[in-house]
Amino acid sequence: MKYSKEVMDLYQNPKNIGSLDENDANVGTSVVGAPSCGDVIKLQIKVDENGCISDAKFKAFGCGAAIASSALITDWVQGKNLEEAKNIKNKDVAEHLSLPPVKLHCSVLAEEAVSKAIEDYQSKQKNLNKKII
Amino acid sequence: MIYLDYQATTPCDQRVLDKMLPYFCEIYGNPHSSTHVMGEEAADAVEKARAQVADIISAENPKDIIFTSGATEANNLAIQGIAHFYKERGNRIITSVIEHPCVLETCKALAREGFDVVFVPVLSNGIIDLDSFKKAITSETILASIMTVNNEIGTCQPIDEIGKLCHERGIIFHTDAAQAIGKIPVNVKNIDLMSISGHKIYGPKGIGALYINGKERLRVSPLFHGGRQERGMRSGTLPTPLCVGIGAACEIAAKEMREEYTRLVAFKSYFLRQIFDNLPKVYLNGDRDKSIPGCINLSFDGVEGEGIMLGMRDICVSSGSACSSQTLEPSYVLKSLSIREDLAHSSIRIGFGRFTTQEEIEYTASKIIETVRKLRKMSPIWND
Repeated sequence: MKYSKEVMDLYQNPKNIGSLDENDANVGTSVVGAPSCGDVIKLQIKVDENGCISDAKFKAFGCGAAIASSALITDWVQGKNLEEAKNIKNKDVAEHLSLPPVKLHCSVLAEEAVSKAIEDYQSKQKNLNKKII
Repeated sequence: MIYLDYQATTPCDQRVLDKMLPYFCEIYGNPHSSTHVMGEEAADAVEKARAQVADIISAENPKDIIFTSGATEANNLAIQGIAHFYKERGNRIITSVIEHPCVLETCKALAREGFDVVFVPVLSNGIIDLDSFKKAITSETILASIMTVNNEIGTCQPIDEIGKLCHERGIIFHTDAAQAIGKIPVNVKNIDLMSISGHKIYGPKGIGALYINGKERLRVSPLFHGGRQERGMRSGTLPTPLCVGIGAACEIAAKEMREEYTRLVAFKSYFLRQIFDNLPKVYLNGDRDKSIPGCINLSFDGVEGEGIMLGMRDICVSSGSACSSQTLEPSYVLKSLSIREDLAHSSIRIGFGRFTTQEEIEYTASKIIETVRKLRKMSPIWND
């Protein structure tokens, strides 16, 4: 597969690899994809008291495009509030990385990972508020 | 750059190229022009090549060899040609699920024409399930096609046994031997048709051959019509330099096979020891013993095949993962082994050959170990 320099750089020196504490109420976690399909992304965000994403980490089982897409999107979401983070579209990721058509699903998966992590964070917060009440 | 993809293709041996060169600009006569000296010289070269090809498969009569454009054409000619020529005899064709796409797709095309095609499964070690094969045989069966050596996992199929089985029941037996020639001894004793490729044996691309058993007076319907070259079964002017090339490649391969085999066996055992000693949960796809030594297919739990290849761009290997194919489907050969689906995505094939060195193998093993360790650290489905 012929990849762009952007993909190769992110594959060789991927940023934001790792995990955050899943039990932390301020952390949202998502796992998207399936091993049987050859792509799994686990993505986590940490939200600060101002509602902004202060940290994001990922782990990926997949090809270069999956790794690069996750590394890029975890970089982009940091410092953004949840609405802004939701507005990052797979098209932006694919364009930035010049992904070949056959690899577009990797950027779709990365977008899905962010939105599911936000959902997870929000549902955790909702449950927390219920408990307080 | 290290080339370890010898199942995909091989470099042309310089000795082969040297033999070919005079037939481009000096002895350029049409080998079918028997009326003048230039034609005769070209014809002599083609006939010598035919004999060299016949020799490596122990075919008694060189006339039983037909030159084609490659193994794909040879397989098409054999399977379509027999099916069409002998369609009055019966309707059933038996093949296996791990054949090369040029066999599978040819059989599927025949199925669309109305032939009854059975795709026999393989056991988990990649060897054909003989019981299923036997059960598939009916009085309607006219042809069976089973490859000699698989191109993805290197397993050697029991073609002698299958050939005997076929002959007891009056079935014509074809084998695609593209991956076997020059690697293991191959003999057409129990075989009716055999496909051969030039570029898999250090010869040129664009040439192959089909052995058709002359003693049984077998015929195949031609794929295309023309000047009735190759006894009417394959029209078209023969490419003299390419014929000379595949002939020379066969002669060298036959001479050096034993020595090469021994060398590759040592490479394989060294390489596997390095990998298994340094990485847990690595699985060999296929059969460690019933396979050619130059083809190693491994699955690395927790990491994806294309991801591994990207980490070692200075080494040319191939992968069975969906990500490295245009169809986004993992290898059908690996799927047929009933391995875990994620492991089909986690595979790479390492192919050793004539020009592989011990240093290259040592470097590749250490690079794979390093890359897999790095990728496992970032894998959500791997726990140390």
